[in-house]
Amino acid sequence: MGKPEALPSRAKAQRGEAQRGALPKAPTGISGLDEITFGGLPRGRPTLVCGAAGCGKTLLAMEFLLRGAEQHGETGVFMAFEETEHDLSQNVRSLGFDLENLIAEKKIAVDHVHIEPAEIHETGEYDLEGLFLRLGMAIDSVGAKRVVLDTLEALFGGFTNQALLRAELRRLFRWLKDKGVTAIITGERGEGSLTRQGLEEYVSDCVILLDHRATEQVSTRRLRIVKYRGSTHGTNEYPFLIDENGIHVLPLTSLRLNHPASSERISSGIPRLDHMLGGEGYYRGSSVLISGTAGTGKTSLSSSFANATCARGERCLYLAFEESPAQLVRNMKSIGLDLNPWTKKGLLRLEASRPTLHGIEMHLAVIHKMVSEFEPQVVIIDPISNFSSAGSGSAAEAMLLRLIDFLKSRQITAVFVNLTAGGNSWERTDLGISSLIDTWILLRDIELAGERNRGLYVLKSRGMKHSNQIREFLLTSDGIELKDVYIGPEGVLTGSMRAAQEDREKAAALARGLEIERKQRELARKRAALEAQIAALRTEFEAVEDESKRVAEQDRAREQQFIEDRSAAAIRRGAEATNAAKRNRK
Amino acid sequence: MSTRKNGTPHNPDKWELRLYTAGQTPKSLAAIKNLKKVCEEHFAGRYEIEIIDLLKNPRLAKDDQIVAIPTLVRKLPEPVRKIIGDLSDTERTLIGLQLRPQS
Repeated sequence: MGKPEALPSRAKAQRGEAQRGALPKAPTGISGLDEITFGGLPRGRPTLVCGAAGCGKTLLAMEFLLRGAEQHGETGVFMAFEETEHDLSQNVRSLGFDLENLIAEKKIAVDHVHIEPAEIHETGEYDLEGLFLRLGMAIDSVGAKRVVLDTLEALFGGFTNQALLRAELRRLFRWLKDKGVTAIITGERGEGSLTRQGLEEYVSDCVILLDHRATEQVSTRRLRIVKYRGSTHGTNEYPFLIDENGIHVLPLTSLRLNHPASSERISSGIPRLDHMLGGEGYYRGSSVLISGTAGTGKTSLSSSFANATCARGERCLYLAFEESPAQLVRNMKSIGLDLNPWTKKGLLRLEASRPTLHGIEMHLAVIHKMVSEFEPQVVIIDPISNFSSAGSGSAAEAMLLRLIDFLKSRQITAVFVNLTAGGNSWERTDLGISSLIDTWILLRDIELAGERNRGLYVLKSRGMKHSNQIREFLLTSDGIELKDVYIGPEGVLTGSMRAAQEDREKAAALARGLEIERKQRELARKRAALEAQIAALRTEFEAVEDESKRVAEQDRAREQQFIEDRSAAAIRRGAEATNAAKRNRK
Repeated sequence: MSTRKNGTPHNPDKWELRLYTAGQTPKSLAAIKNLKKVCEEHFAGRYEIEIIDLLKNPRLAKDDQIVAIPTLVRKLPEPVRKIIGDLSDTERTLIGLQLRPQS
């Protein structure tokens, strides 16, 4: 027995105990009880089950025997001090056990010990050997491995010599241990002590306390293991319920946080939202919170997820606490989601009930049972805020914690819908569970320019790169659509203002397009003009060149003419022509 | 506890007594001895004693609802009374057999 922080994990505990050859245990077969006792009651030793009247002691003891006989092949003896065999068999018939048949098959022996104080007169010394003989005979008649004494305290009313009685009880427990039977002894809760007659001083190996109390008109049964010598055990108070299958203890608060963490991603059913969640959607086995004020589309969002889940061929359990299944199906049709085929295929189970129908623990137990039966991959609870009306806030919170733990341990993706009351801070859940949530999607109203629009953002999403952008959330007849909101100098615009802004932007874009075209045309024109200019200049240039060539030729021709003319003149003047020619040459 | 109200004779003609024991324990032997003494003193010749050893016949413990040993059962006169103990306190035994009014 250790302090909570010293509690090893279950597997370790079992391995450790097996290694040490520690305490063999007898499984009770009672759902949940074997988990918190890590295997059952101490084998071959007595266990005390105590509690006030009507808290289920006899039933627990009886179920221990019946399940022992039916499931674990261990025969048993029920020694009843209060009820007759007939009463007992009638009581367990409602739980689907046929006690009479088990007695006929010699799997269980029942002995009703009737003590009528008015008939008994004491003179001198006596002992309770008759009781031992009867018990011994009953044990031998069926070869019993299990014994129930319900309730030994009746003896205290029948006999006046208390000292003798206590000595005999001590002898009885020693005798039971020597016999090697696993025994349950029940006792009435006493004032300030576990049992009225202090039976706990005889039974020291394992003590289980049952409790039944009502808080705010809602009653809850609870079970606690007060002690368990030589074994680890869950130390909390565990709620339990009694239904048509007997006792269910809910060991939902796990002692550790060691859920497996899947890296598989599943679609939220809305591609754009998947995109916001790192592009792939939720993690499998994560817990998702969708919170928002009334009418922000929480149910639509979760229904889309349900639809996507079923479309993948997985099972989805949808717990609706506000709408009937028919109403939900009809309403979802209006946004293009037809859930009917999935319910028909058995992939979607819609369960609706009022949260005030049961106590909070009962809700938990019912969910626990449904999940165990239906084995869904996704559970949607719409909404969780209603649970606070079924119990106090802290009870609802504890319940959700248990629920989240339970679903996580089963790798079930859970979607919790939370209705935020108007006027509250947005980033606050009524039940204060936000820290337990992996992915939190916030839906909110954006009131602007006389209209109310829905905005969606991902407040947090553990382990993925999620978008920090607000998106406008539109419910259309084809499903959910997410749109970028307009964020500009005028702030965040949604709805028709966003549409108007979009139109304005479109017009502006058009205008910009035209302007560019115009500019381009102008440039083309300029270019053409320049090119024309260049051509003209070239023409001019060519003309000038022609002219200069012509002038040069004329000049040369004129020079030639001049030389010829001079030569002709010299020839005409005679001899000097040569000298003159010589002078010229110098 | 007096039965005189319904007219039952205080000391009737027939006494049918049954003593349950478990083996030859000192308490059982004392009870047998004390019982015989009481019978001889108060209703000699009008009584029948049956001694049942539950070690030999344990079934009867269940059938006759015996818890304490030794137990003396007064079968007749009716109503059935159970007196437990070794009957060493004669006064209390007589009260138990309703031969004496309860003080």
